[in-house]
Amino acid sequence: MVTCTGCALLCDDIEAIVENNRIKEIKNACRRGAARMKGCSNRLVPSIDQKPTDIESSIKKAAQIIRNSKAPMLFGLDNSTCEAQVKGIQFAKKINGILDDTSSFCQGILIERVLAQKFRTCSLDDIRNKADVLVYWGSDAQDSQPRHLSRFSYFPRGELRQRGYEEDRIAIAIDVRESNTAKICKGHFYRISPKGDREFILALIEALSGKVPAYDTKKMLELAGILKKAGFGAIFVGIGLTYSIKDDFDVLTALTQKLPNFNIMPMVGHYNMRGFNETMFKETGFVNKVKFNGKAVHDIKYSIMESLNEKTADAIVVVGSDPVSSLPGPVLSRLASIPVICIDPCVTMTSKIAAVTIPCATSGLESAGTAVRMDGKVIGLSKIIESEYLTDEEIMKRLMEAV
Amino acid sequence: MVTVMELYQLLPRTNCKKCGESTCMAFAVAMLGRKKNVAECTPLLEANFKKQKEKLESLLLPAAGAEETGMIVHSELCTGCGNCVVACPVDVANDPHGAGMGCAPTNNKVIFKVVDGKVLASNIKECRRFGKNKVLCYACIDPCPTGAIEFV
Repeated sequence: MVTCTGCALLCDDIEAIVENNRIKEIKNACRRGAARMKGCSNRLVPSIDQKPTDIESSIKKAAQIIRNSKAPMLFGLDNSTCEAQVKGIQFAKKINGILDDTSSFCQGILIERVLAQKFRTCSLDDIRNKADVLVYWGSDAQDSQPRHLSRFSYFPRGELRQRGYEEDRIAIAIDVRESNTAKICKGHFYRISPKGDREFILALIEALSGKVPAYDTKKMLELAGILKKAGFGAIFVGIGLTYSIKDDFDVLTALTQKLPNFNIMPMVGHYNMRGFNETMFKETGFVNKVKFNGKAVHDIKYSIMESLNEKTADAIVVVGSDPVSSLPGPVLSRLASIPVICIDPCVTMTSKIAAVTIPCATSGLESAGTAVRMDGKVIGLSKIIESEYLTDEEIMKRLMEAV
Repeated sequence: MVTVMELYQLLPRTNCKKCGESTCMAFAVAMLGRKKNVAECTPLLEANFKKQKEKLESLLLPAAGAEETGMIVHSELCTGCGNCVVACPVDVANDPHGAGMGCAPTNNKVIFKVVDGKVLASNIKECRRFGKNKVLCYACIDPCPTGAIEFV
């Protein structure tokens, strides 16, 4: 049994059949996981200024760029093991650099609050064993974490939920569109307008307080009735909800106060994003957007977006992430104007514009380690096939020595 | 999926009874149930029905790969989420501590298995739609949001 690193569910019941040091067949993993576990089809090669070279020269060149930079930035590490993340933080400290990851434009704001214990949370195993009301809010788990419903939340039978999903559980979807998750929730799909989450939450709080909400009264009272009856509920907060209420997160806190039986679960995308946030929180007290300068300074201007917009960073090391395909167009020209060092197993859009590329081993396939699941449980990753590539951790160590 | 009427429209509609069925409509129903095949309609083999015959064959092609219970898994639509593996009552009964709990199946008695990110059906004789006491079970179709599982 091996662990899949396709998403933050870190399914550890995967069977891998290896033949001639290649994965021949992957059993039990979803399509997304199987694709990740089969490795990349387009392997990255070490290069300097788009010209192929050897790994030693590319590490040397990368170290030179970082040495010459006044404000280097380290970005990514969400697809690396916890051990590599610790090394990455040490590296950022050593170079007095800015450190950020994809959670700064993803679920970071929510995870920070979960880690600071502003929300009640629980483990995915608790949800499987006890949960009877599941709310997918701004989250399409069926597509983003394909085994979420079948392995942990809606379909499986648990200790207190023995009779199957039709009788024991209610799944509710609140979204701007009828996603695949909403299709499964069928009768309990509540469509809201984009950015309409705040209004919906306020109306729901009114309905839960026994008042008659002005907004969609009938459906709101029906939803409040279901939530009130829940013995153990879970709200799966997707990026849709986080984006919508990011300036006023207290409304969600107010809602959870009205729902004492409910737990909040952040729906994390990258497999070890929560691991990065937890390690950072332990070391610095912040989950992301940090500049090291003797001590850790946290500010919005150290997020990847602002660092590029305000030209705070003058060189960037991207580890296991692809900002070119995930960031908006206007900041990309800024990204292209500074030297980019790309550390990744595969060719990505970012590696195509990178000044230096350093290929690494795929974690969970060619290198072992640990990672943190979306609910905070630490899961071990195993090495399945042999590889000549350096791990992220080794590359961080080598860069630190070279700098 | 193709309907009886679509098949019927393409038949000669002469009720000639050469196929052994009393009407062309009955023959269309039998074809859809995979009890008869296109070649058993002898008038269709004549040259002037060539186009209709080809159309019929293409309509019935998707059903050709179906299991004995009529199950077809469209692997191009399947995301390998495993909802069907866990929701199937036969899987739960045969493997309560594996598939029943949402984990990987622990034995070979289960009907659904996910291999290379796509679901594969096996042990089809265990299916509730099979055999003498068959029931019209929808347990694997309902939880599939992409419509990858179909019965013909």
